[in-house]
Amino acid sequence: MKGMALTESVVPGGGAAKARSRKTAKIRQQLPMHVMMLPCILLVAAFSYYPMIGIVIAFQNFNPTKGFFHSPWIGLDNFKYMYAMPDTLQVLWNTVFIALLKIVLGLIVPVVFAILLDMIRRSFVKRTIQTLIYIPHFLSWVILSGILIDILSPSEGIVNGLLNAIGIKPIFFLADERMFPYILVTTDVWKEFGYGTIIYLAAITSINPSLYEAAVMDGASRVRQVFHVTLPGMMPIIVLMATLSLGNVLNAGFEQVFNLYSPIVYKTGDILDTFVYRIGLQNSQYGVATAVGLFKSVVSFLFIVTGYRLASKFAGYRIF
Amino acid sequence: MHSYQTLRGRIFETVNYTFLIGAALLCVFPILHVLAVSFSSSTAAASGQVTLWPVEFNLSSYQYALTKPQFLTSFVVTLERVGLGLAINMLLTIFAAYPLSKEKGELYGRNAYAWYLFVTIIFSGGMIPWYMTIKQFGLMGSLWALILPGAVPVFNVIILLNFFRQVPKEIGESAVMDGAGHWTVLSRIYLPLSVPALATLVLFTCVGHWNSWFDGLILMRSPSEYPLQTYLQTIIASRDMSLFVSASQEELKLLSQISDRTLKSAQIFIAAAPILAVYPFLQKYFMKGIVLGSVKG
Repeated sequence: MKGMALTESVVPGGGAAKARSRKTAKIRQQLPMHVMMLPCILLVAAFSYYPMIGIVIAFQNFNPTKGFFHSPWIGLDNFKYMYAMPDTLQVLWNTVFIALLKIVLGLIVPVVFAILLDMIRRSFVKRTIQTLIYIPHFLSWVILSGILIDILSPSEGIVNGLLNAIGIKPIFFLADERMFPYILVTTDVWKEFGYGTIIYLAAITSINPSLYEAAVMDGASRVRQVFHVTLPGMMPIIVLMATLSLGNVLNAGFEQVFNLYSPIVYKTGDILDTFVYRIGLQNSQYGVATAVGLFKSVVSFLFIVTGYRLASKFAGYRIF
Repeated sequence: MHSYQTLRGRIFETVNYTFLIGAALLCVFPILHVLAVSFSSSTAAASGQVTLWPVEFNLSSYQYALTKPQFLTSFVVTLERVGLGLAINMLLTIFAAYPLSKEKGELYGRNAYAWYLFVTIIFSGGMIPWYMTIKQFGLMGSLWALILPGAVPVFNVIILLNFFRQVPKEIGESAVMDGAGHWTVLSRIYLPLSVPALATLVLFTCVGHWNSWFDGLILMRSPSEYPLQTYLQTIIASRDMSLFVSASQEELKLLSQISDRTLKSAQIFIAAAPILAVYPFLQKYFMKGIVLGSVKG
């Protein structure tokens, strides 16, 4: 509107009408793009924004037949109950512990792997290794869990078979609450490190070769080349991945845990998402489960936003 | 790039090769082992003779798994889901990416649209409200419950819009001068120029729908509506022996060759087979998708 007023004063007489018709022409010209957006807008409204309204369940004694709008309000009772439950703090701790270990190792292992892989000169070997290490990324946790449960089985699993051969008694890996979180982290690295390696390898490939030539001229050893050329060259991507992974501090991996855990390892292996699933969908305590979920959403939101902020500040990242 | 002339260099190189090849093999060993189990006889599997090669090779487990009616039902559900889901996901991705690839001045409200989608990445209502929403819409047990909630894959939209931005503006503008509308520009110019990105997105969307199982578990009302991965999940989660109780004479003969373990292994690989089968051939696209998704531009 401001722009139109300006044109009006500058162009006397019929200018206003001309400007207005130019504007309607522009809108008509843009109309197809709005039409294209429309289905997306509606579907996102229905399946992303409408559930946000459903957060009211956390403040209700929710009754599915009465819906989001007609269930009785009970204030903060669900949150009080959540706080009073003996398991809540343990579950939160498990979640953060598992998630942080995954974030840190999920960053270090692929970086190291990419650097070592880059030093391999035979491109056939290099390509084959890449192919093999990122197969697990494309298989679902249902499939990978099925495989893990088989190989880790105390009676028939091949891992215990090998341990038995060197005189170690069978270990029931997935029922050991001390080991369980580390099994989660290790197997998650197994699934995902190939994915990370590809990204970092792409970053290394884009480093200017003349930097290496100059380093060699200066007599830099291979180790020094890594620390003074390769790593600095990868830094923007490493910083980007690190900042963006901040948003995952409460994502300990629902699909993985759900398929590998059992009541024996709840103490160390139960995480927020599995907790919400059990109290909400199995025990029908909708209000409490939504309260726990809301806690997770809000904390995650803060971390994701911080992550994006840092990413745009230190790595010049712009999402849209 | 690197020189390996010295003795130390050569030792390092050997160690490095050994380590990396060892690690890569270690990655696929579990998969190969369970594959070998699935082709072995139940007795060989139980006595721990199987490592990476089938012992007493037979296809009984596969034969049994593939002829179970529940398997076929689930397989059909998965095929429908992948087909319909792929079509809707791709259509909506393209429809959202094109307007969003424009600058603020070229599309009124462009930034509002971008924010509208971005918010869904950073905040969500959580599992229970999401579940109740789908329930309220009356979608429980319907194929649409597996497709509509994830119909707009925002990350794919971002990947594609960044690809669209690399299309030189002049091409589109000159087409508009010649009287072409946005539909024509999109379908005749942008889409043909984005085939590599589209192929990657198609592949990732298929893999995503094929692998999904949790929505099937909570949104379908009976096992007959489960997609394959959900069905597999329930098999792996339960040590269900009921299939051995209600067996016919013919089945009993088959069952003598197989065990719960070989059968599970076979089902795992039936569910993984399409991905493992296309993987070597479409590797380029798989790899490109990863790099596209993480680092834009």
